[in-house]
Amino acid sequence: MLDINDLHAGIDGKEILKGLTLHIGTGEVHAIMGPNGSGKSTLANVLAGRPKYEATSGTVTYQGKDLLALPAEERAREGVFLAMQYPVEIPGVNNIYFLKAALNSVRKHQGQEELDAMEFLQLAREKMKLVELDEAFMNRSVNEGFSGGEKKRNEIFQMAVLDPKLAILDETDSGLDIDALRIVAEGVNALRSEQHSVLVITHYQRLLKYLVPDFVHVLADGRIVKSGGKELAEELEQKGYEWIESEMAIAQ
Amino acid sequence: MSSVLEDRSTIVPVHIDGEPERVRRIREQAAERFNILGWPTTRSEDWKYTSLTPLANIDWKIDQRQPEGKAPASPFGDKPIAELMFVNGALHANRAALANEHPGIRVMPIAEAMETESFTHHFARYADYEKHPLTALNTAMWQDGAYIEIAPGTVVEGFIHLLYVGGGNAEHPIVSHHRNLIVAGRGSQITVIESFYGKGKYFTNTVTEIVAGDGAVVDHYKFENESLEAFHIGTVQIHQERSSSVTSRTIATGGGLVRNEINAALTGEGASLSMEGLFVLSGKQHVDNHTVIDHVAPHCDSVELFKGILDENARGIFDGRIIVEPDAVKTNSRQTNKNLLLSETAIIDSKPSLEIHNDDVKCNHGSTIGQLDEEALFYLRARGIGADEARNLLVYAFASEIVERMKIDVVRENAGRALFARIPRRMPERRSESR
Repeated sequence: MLDINDLHAGIDGKEILKGLTLHIGTGEVHAIMGPNGSGKSTLANVLAGRPKYEATSGTVTYQGKDLLALPAEERAREGVFLAMQYPVEIPGVNNIYFLKAALNSVRKHQGQEELDAMEFLQLAREKMKLVELDEAFMNRSVNEGFSGGEKKRNEIFQMAVLDPKLAILDETDSGLDIDALRIVAEGVNALRSEQHSVLVITHYQRLLKYLVPDFVHVLADGRIVKSGGKELAEELEQKGYEWIESEMAIAQ
Repeated sequence: MSSVLEDRSTIVPVHIDGEPERVRRIREQAAERFNILGWPTTRSEDWKYTSLTPLANIDWKIDQRQPEGKAPASPFGDKPIAELMFVNGALHANRAALANEHPGIRVMPIAEAMETESFTHHFARYADYEKHPLTALNTAMWQDGAYIEIAPGTVVEGFIHLLYVGGGNAEHPIVSHHRNLIVAGRGSQITVIESFYGKGKYFTNTVTEIVAGDGAVVDHYKFENESLEAFHIGTVQIHQERSSSVTSRTIATGGGLVRNEINAALTGEGASLSMEGLFVLSGKQHVDNHTVIDHVAPHCDSVELFKGILDENARGIFDGRIIVEPDAVKTNSRQTNKNLLLSETAIIDSKPSLEIHNDDVKCNHGSTIGQLDEEALFYLRARGIGADEARNLLVYAFASEIVERMKIDVVRENAGRALFARIPRRMPERRSESR
């Protein structure tokens, strides 16, 4: 699904990812954990194509395509979804209108029929239940006046509607109470299948109790320094990131 | 009608057949005033952002001959309950007969209304030709326009449309001076839409006086959608009596050099005013919005919101003044101007101002100038929405605060169309990449 090889990337000329290599197979759920400043969000933003984030060397191949060569909207249409760490408020743009336009541009690109208003609403209602969002939210402006938890649930709602092949969650769990966390995890679990891959980026192990990953990677100073199974997350939780950092110091 | 040559600096007033003595006198006074005041210059504080030199240097002619070709179609189809269409200042179509069957509604060319009591009482009382040269010019030179009178207690469902079409060219520059009077009687309710279209080079100089009687509810829309070569100078002068409620919306998308003056005087207790404006400019358009809200009586509310969207080399101006007179205690007034710049070469001058002469008021004002939110743009694109569409969505979102409040569907849709017609489809980030 996704092959990242020796990726160097950063922002404003500052290198943050320093040779990151990661392979995500179809149907797999990977978690990337790491301390603040390790490059977690940079990775998410580079993959989604956020302007100003620049890859200086290395390759990212998504379903055989050079992902970095595609503009952000093409990546989305090809099935890459980024649940943002800080979803932006867009006053004046209606939530439901926005999501329908997004879904239909994805469907059109993938050669599927566009949904009409009725079909879309039916789908949206069904997915809204999944994330326990009230229908009233849908007629408001995108994220405007939403609480932190509502914004994150809205991200998961959008993900559920757009049905991406590769979902990237950028610290979707941070700032959430346990109920919201459970809802987010259920949303992601509902997407899990043999066709879908998920990359969960998180600082904490909390979310991974509900959303059990197949692989866990530790990111430090722009590189994957340790990889393992779900038990690695628990080990990190117990020993803290200092453990990794001291291991690295020994290795050097 | 004869063709009248206007010298650049001195004018001779127009007189039309059957004109009452009072109108004749006003025209002569106004002409005299214009001849003293002359064309405004940028030395005047009111005109500091807009030079009329290119306008004053043209030898404009009044010529009411219809331009060749097909007559333009109304943007609102058969939706208005009454419609008057003027082409180069002369009445071209009158679709008011049905509405006039209602005893409380009078919609007619103003030239036919000069003997009415209401005309005699109100005409030229509010739009000040003593101080304003262009109003003086209009008052001396007008040939026709609309007269609308709504009887006390009459609630008019639907809307009345006044359509002005101009046309001319460099060899044949035509000026039209439209003059309108709208009188809404006590407790009446009315919606009037004025729209301006045209082709080529011409000059529209229009004055509309609106009188909202006690408790009257008046919605006034002005769609200024002139040709990009056209000059447009317009004044909407609103006079509000006790507990009247007026909403004024000015949507400016057209014209090369435009001055929109919207002025309101709240002269009766408890009157309320909502004054909104939206200007969407590109190319080399220059649009100067100049507003004065005069709080004369106590307990009045006014809310003013003007939004500008400027692309390419356009220049926009918002110069708004709110005056709270000594007697206007308990005034509640808010003035806001927000601007969105889509290019680095577009210019906006924003000058909100308050002039308060008593200390028992609640007033605030402010203005903002910003660019498209890059974060929002990325958010939309990251969900699969193309860059152009995302940009349009955000531009529309900025304008929607004003557009979405338009209660009539066909009017709201027309506003949306006019807005997009002026925004070139260009990605904003292409510029930053090329830097």
